[in-house]
Amino acid sequence: MKNENLYKYILGVADNSLILGQRMGELCGHGPSLETDIACTNISLDLFGQVRNYYQYAAKISGDGRSEDDIAMLRKEREYVNVLLVEQPNTDFAYTMARQFLFDVYHLLFLRELEKSKDLTLSAIATKSIKEVSYHQRFSSDWVKRLGDGTQESHEKMQDGIDDLWTYTDELFHQTKADKAMVEEGIGVDVTKLKDKYYQLVDGVLEESTLTIPESKWFQKGGKEGIHTEHLGYLLSELQYMQRAYPKMEW
Amino acid sequence: MGTKNWPLWEVFVRSKNGLEHRHFGSLHAADAEMALENARDVYTRRNEGISIWVVESKNITASNPEHNGELFEPAQDKVYRHPTFYDLPDEVKYM
Repeated sequence: MKNENLYKYILGVADNSLILGQRMGELCGHGPSLETDIACTNISLDLFGQVRNYYQYAAKISGDGRSEDDIAMLRKEREYVNVLLVEQPNTDFAYTMARQFLFDVYHLLFLRELEKSKDLTLSAIATKSIKEVSYHQRFSSDWVKRLGDGTQESHEKMQDGIDDLWTYTDELFHQTKADKAMVEEGIGVDVTKLKDKYYQLVDGVLEESTLTIPESKWFQKGGKEGIHTEHLGYLLSELQYMQRAYPKMEW
Repeated sequence: MGTKNWPLWEVFVRSKNGLEHRHFGSLHAADAEMALENARDVYTRRNEGISIWVVESKNITASNPEHNGELFEPAQDKVYRHPTFYDLPDEVKYM
């Protein structure tokens, strides 16, 4: 493939939104209330809308005749390069909102930089996504504050979620070979430069939520290289079911 | 986390500039800020609005249906109160 680094770079960006979108979609009909159920599926649909643009672009670059659906649905587990954070399960609503919040803060910082990319397609996708993700961040931050600064039970659940998921945050700022190559070309975002701002923003919300900022300095990694937690396989089996059972099926 | 303790809110949406806010429905929320976000997600996800008002349902004072006779019937035979005796130009919309 001529533009292999660009292709890999796009998957690195898109897979995060695909897997998180699938997680939020799992709440369709299962949210804690009608209002939050719809809010979570709205977020899911926003993310799926974004990934369609990314995968269509990746399909064009791959030049091997694969479609956006082939790329989204027919890779094996080790070929997905999303961060471990987004594949973690919907343990409870506090956990789900903690995961969303920890990703949203990163996602918005990331898109604001991607908007400056020399690649005009990626820049245009970023511009379109920023408004959606600004709302996601507002929604998840509000829930972190409400539950963190809520009852004793909600505080404990939100603290548990943050403590559990903290170990997956550092990976957001790791770079693959393809990432580095794309940063060199002025196409990719240098995520290492987002790290300080990220923790500053996250810490601010946690403090406001009366939550304790985790002190652990030991972090998980691997997702960006295709090494995942046990949760991804189950998620993919559901995500891929239709395309595997009925190949080439379309709506 | 049940919603049984969340109060009920009424949602009013302005669908475009120049139109009034109209009652769209109701929802549950813990406070005004959450009511606005919930209204955005429940009632404007198909591009229905450009402005939202929410008001807690308990703050609405409603007329009593038992008093309908004395409240509304006297107006039924007073056709001269309608502004229908002059022509409106076509350009004036939404009247």
